[in-house]
Amino acid sequence: MTRDTQHITSDTVPVDESAGPDAVVSARELTRTFGDFTAVDRISFDVGKGEVFGFLGANGAGKTTAIRMLTGLLSPSSGSAIVAGHDVATSPNLIKQQIGYMSQRFALYDDLTVKENVRFYGGVYGLRGSELKDRRHAMLRKLGFEHLEGERVGGLPLGWKQKLAFSVALLHQPSVVFLDEPTGGVDPVTRRQFWELIYEAAGQGTTVFVTTHYMDEAEYCDRVSIMVDGIIKALDTPGRLKTDFGVDSMNDVFLQLARGGKRS
Amino acid sequence: MSPFRSFVIKETRHILRDVRTLTVLLMLPIVMVLLFGFAIRTDVEDVRLIIVDPSSDVRSAELVRDFNATPAFRVEKVLPSSSGAEDLLRQGKADAVLILPIDFARSFERGTAQAMVLTDGINANFAQAVSNQAEAVIGRWQAGHSGQRPLIATAPRMRFNPTLASENLFVPGLLAFVLTLVSALMTAISIAREKETGTLELLLVSPLRPLQIVVGKVTPYLLLAFTNAITTLVVAWLAFRVPIEGSLVLLLASSLLYVLVALAIGVFISTKSADQRAAMMATLLALLLPTLALSGFVFPISSMPAPLQVVTKVVPATWFIRIVRGIMLKGIGVELLWKELLILTGMAAFLITVSTRSFSDRLDG
Amino acid sequence: MKTVGEHAAPASVRIDGLGKSYAGTPALTDIHLQVDPGELFGLIGPDGAGKSTLLRMLVTVLLPDTGTASIDGLDVVKDYRAVRRILGYMPGRFSLYPDLTVRENLEFFASVFGTTVAEQYDFVAPIYSQIEPFESRRAADLSGGMKQKLALSCALIHQPRVLILDEPTTGVDAVSRTEFWDMLDRLKADGITTLVATPYMDEAARCDRIALIQDGRLLGQPDTPAAVAAALGHPLIRVSAAGSRPALLSVLRGVPSVLRAEVFGSWIHVTGKDHASDAASDRLREEVAASLTTAGWSEALVESVAPTVEDVFMARMGGPGSGQAA
Repeated sequence: MTRDTQHITSDTVPVDESAGPDAVVSARELTRTFGDFTAVDRISFDVGKGEVFGFLGANGAGKTTAIRMLTGLLSPSSGSAIVAGHDVATSPNLIKQQIGYMSQRFALYDDLTVKENVRFYGGVYGLRGSELKDRRHAMLRKLGFEHLEGERVGGLPLGWKQKLAFSVALLHQPSVVFLDEPTGGVDPVTRRQFWELIYEAAGQGTTVFVTTHYMDEAEYCDRVSIMVDGIIKALDTPGRLKTDFGVDSMNDVFLQLARGGKRS
Repeated sequence: MSPFRSFVIKETRHILRDVRTLTVLLMLPIVMVLLFGFAIRTDVEDVRLIIVDPSSDVRSAELVRDFNATPAFRVEKVLPSSSGAEDLLRQGKADAVLILPIDFARSFERGTAQAMVLTDGINANFAQAVSNQAEAVIGRWQAGHSGQRPLIATAPRMRFNPTLASENLFVPGLLAFVLTLVSALMTAISIAREKETGTLELLLVSPLRPLQIVVGKVTPYLLLAFTNAITTLVVAWLAFRVPIEGSLVLLLASSLLYVLVALAIGVFISTKSADQRAAMMATLLALLLPTLALSGFVFPISSMPAPLQVVTKVVPATWFIRIVRGIMLKGIGVELLWKELLILTGMAAFLITVSTRSFSDRLDG
Repeated sequence: MKTVGEHAAPASVRIDGLGKSYAGTPALTDIHLQVDPGELFGLIGPDGAGKSTLLRMLVTVLLPDTGTASIDGLDVVKDYRAVRRILGYMPGRFSLYPDLTVRENLEFFASVFGTTVAEQYDFVAPIYSQIEPFESRRAADLSGGMKQKLALSCALIHQPRVLILDEPTTGVDAVSRTEFWDMLDRLKADGITTLVATPYMDEAARCDRIALIQDGRLLGQPDTPAAVAAALGHPLIRVSAAGSRPALLSVLRGVPSVLRAEVFGSWIHVTGKDHASDAASDRLREEVAASLTTAGWSEALVESVAPTVEDVFMARMGGPGSGQAA
C-alpha cells in the first residue's frame, strides 16, 4: 500500500494529541520568506516532552531556516511557534535561555581546554561556582572524560568532541535541545554512543530536535518529519511511514518523498 | 585561452566583485592625499603673529607695517622685548613670533641684521611654511631697499621637533604607502585566501607551474597599484599643486619597480601564512609599518637613533621615497639617482627570486 | 559520453607501504592497496582516519614520509607533473570559487588544463547539464547537491583517466548522494578509474572493491563489499522489539555469549563471541531469544542477518560495544 505524496498542510496534519497541550515545541503555519522566495511554507507540528523528533529534508528544503526560527535567531514572516513556553516572534531571548544547541560546525572552541569551554558556556547560561563545578564533574564522569579536563578540545578526535559538545549543550538543563547534523563524519561506534546519550537525555525529559543525513538515525527517532521545498510532506513515526510507503527503510521513504524536490 | 590569461581574468573578476574592498582601494589615494594635504596646512593664512621690536625705529616700523598688510599674517601684538613672547606661544595665544634685532636700522645698513622666527615645532610642516612666508615678506621689503645683503631669517626654532627635516613633503611617502598597501597586502591576502578556501589545492594539482600561478595572481594587482599611483599624483596636483619637477616617465618607471618589490614581498608572506589573517598581520608588521615609520615618510630619518637609521636602509620604501622626492621636488634624474635605483632593482630581483622559489607546488612546501 | 581520449587502457593506482606523520604523530601507517584499471574503489572510514592525507599524497600535493605510490605506472613523487595531467580531483570541502558563477568556474578549470568547456561539453554533459540552467549563478548560492555536481564537472573537464574524490557526499542529503553515485556508475562505464573516500558505510555497497581505514591504518584486506562483509568472523543476528531501546540494549549486552549489540536503524545487531558458523548463529539466536523472554520481551523478533560493511567496521575498529565511554 503506497500513499501518494500529499501536500500536508496544517489541515491535514493531525495535531498530535500525544504531545498534549504541554508541547515543548509547537509550530502553526510557520512561514519565512526572503523576497519572493518562500524558504519555509506554513509548517505545523507539535513535539512533546522527552520526545526525540527527527527533522529531515534535502539540502535547500528549508530545514536550517526553520530551525533558525525555532531557536529565536530569525523572525517568522508569518505563522507562529512556541518553544519552551515562549513565542519565537516576541520573546526570542527568553527562548535562548531555555534551549540547548549543537551543530557539527559550531560546537566547542578548539583552542580552549575542555574545562575552559565548560566554564564559558556554563557562564553564558548563568551557571557559576560550585553548581557549575558539580555539573562539570558529573558530566565528565559520565562520559569517562575526567582525564581530559585540561586538554585542548582541538586535539580530541571528532567523536569525542561531538559527545562533549552535546553534553555541554545540556549543562544548563534546557527543556529542548536542537542538534544540527551532530554526527557527521563520526565513526559508527561513536555515532551510536552519541545516540545513547540522546536517549538518556530524552529519558530524563529533555526534548531532542535533531536533523541528520544518516537515514538509519531517522529510525532512532520517535517521530520524523520530512521537508521538501519548504513544506512538510510527511510527519509520523518511522514505523508508520514505512508502512504507508510500503518500504523497508527510512532511506527509501526519504528517496520517494525528496526525489521530486526542485531545490536540490 | 591560455591558462595565464584565464588566470588574470579570474583574478580581475574576484577584485571587481568584491565591491567594498575595491572601493576602498580606489578611493584610498584620493582620501589620503586630501587628508594629509589639509592636515598639514601648507597654505599659510591668518597666522597670529607677535612681533618683538626692541629697536622701534624707522626700519622696523616699515617691516611691521608690511607684515600687517600681509593677509598671511595677523599681527596680534608688537612687544618691546622678547620676554613673555615665548609664553604666549606656549599658551597657544600666538602661532609665531618674529624677533627683530636690537638697533635694527644700523645693523641693517651694515648688513649684519638677523631676524628670528619662532614657531610651534610640533607641526613641522606648518612651521616650515610660516618660516617661508616670513622670509618672503622680509624679502619683498628688502627688495625695496636694494643692494643690501639678504636678511637671514633663521630656521624656525622648534619647540618639540628641533631637527625638522625639509624632506617632509608627504606625497612621495604617501605614494609608497598606497603602493605597498595594494601590491603587498592585497596580494598576500589574495593568495592566502586561496589556501583558506582550498582552491589552491586544485590549482596545484593542475599542470600550472608555480610561476604561472604567481604571475597570474599578481598581474591584476600590479595594474591596480599603477592606477593608484597615477590617481595619487593627479589628486596631489589638482588639490595642492604638488609639482613634478623631473621626468614623469622616470617617476612611473620607478613606481613600477617599487610595485614589483612590494608584490614579491606579498607573495613571499603569503607562502608563509596559513590563512588571510596571518597574511594580513605579517604584511602590516613587516612592511606597512616600516613604510610608515622607518622610511622617512612621517618621521625624518636624520632624527632617528643610529641603529634605526641602519634599519631604514633595509626598508624598500626608504629608497623609493628618496627617488620620488628627487624627481618630484628637485627635478633630478638617473644621473643623480642611479644608486637608489640600482638598490631598488637589486631588491626587486632578489625578492622575486626568493618568493617564486618559496612558492611550492605542494601543500607542505 | 565519449570514451576517454586516445589512451588505450584505463589507469591503475598502486600504493605500497605509504606512510606520513605530522609533528611526530603518525597520520598514515603502512598502507598497501591497489586499484585496478576501470575500477570504482571505495576508501571507507570516519573523519580523522587518514583518508584525506592518503588522497592528497596520491594527487601529489603532499609528500609521503615512507613508501611509494604510482598512478598508471607514474610515480607520484618523481613524475608528479605527468601524474597531475591525468588526474581529476575533488578535494574535501567545496573548493571552488564562491564569487564566480558556475560557468566561470568551469571555464577557468578548463583553461588551466588547456581546453575549453565547448570542447569538452559532450564529455561532461550528463553531469553538467543538470546544473546548466544555473550557469550564471554564483557558486556560493548553490545548494549542496549542485555544488557537488559542479565540483565533479570541474574535476572531469580535462577528461582525466583517474578520478580521486575526497568525501564528495559529505553533508549532502540522501537523494543527492544517490544521484551522485549514479553519476559515478556512468563514469565507470566510460572507463575512468575512480577512487572515492567516504565516511558513509552504506556507500560501500556501490563500489567494486573497498578498503576500510581507521586511525591511519587499513582494517583487514581490501576486497569486494560482499567479501568484506562476509569476513565478519562471528555469528550475527538481529533483534527487534517494542519498548525502551536502552533497556533492550542493556539486556542484550548482558547475554554471556554476546560480543556486542548495536542499534542498526530499527533493529539491533547482535554479534556473538564464537567463530562464525551456521551452528553458532543458531545457538546465538536461541540464547538471545531466551534471555529476552526472561527479561519480559516475549514478542521480540530474533533472526539471522547477513553482515554489512558497517558491522565489520565496528568489529574491526575495536572499542566497546557495551556503551562505555571511550
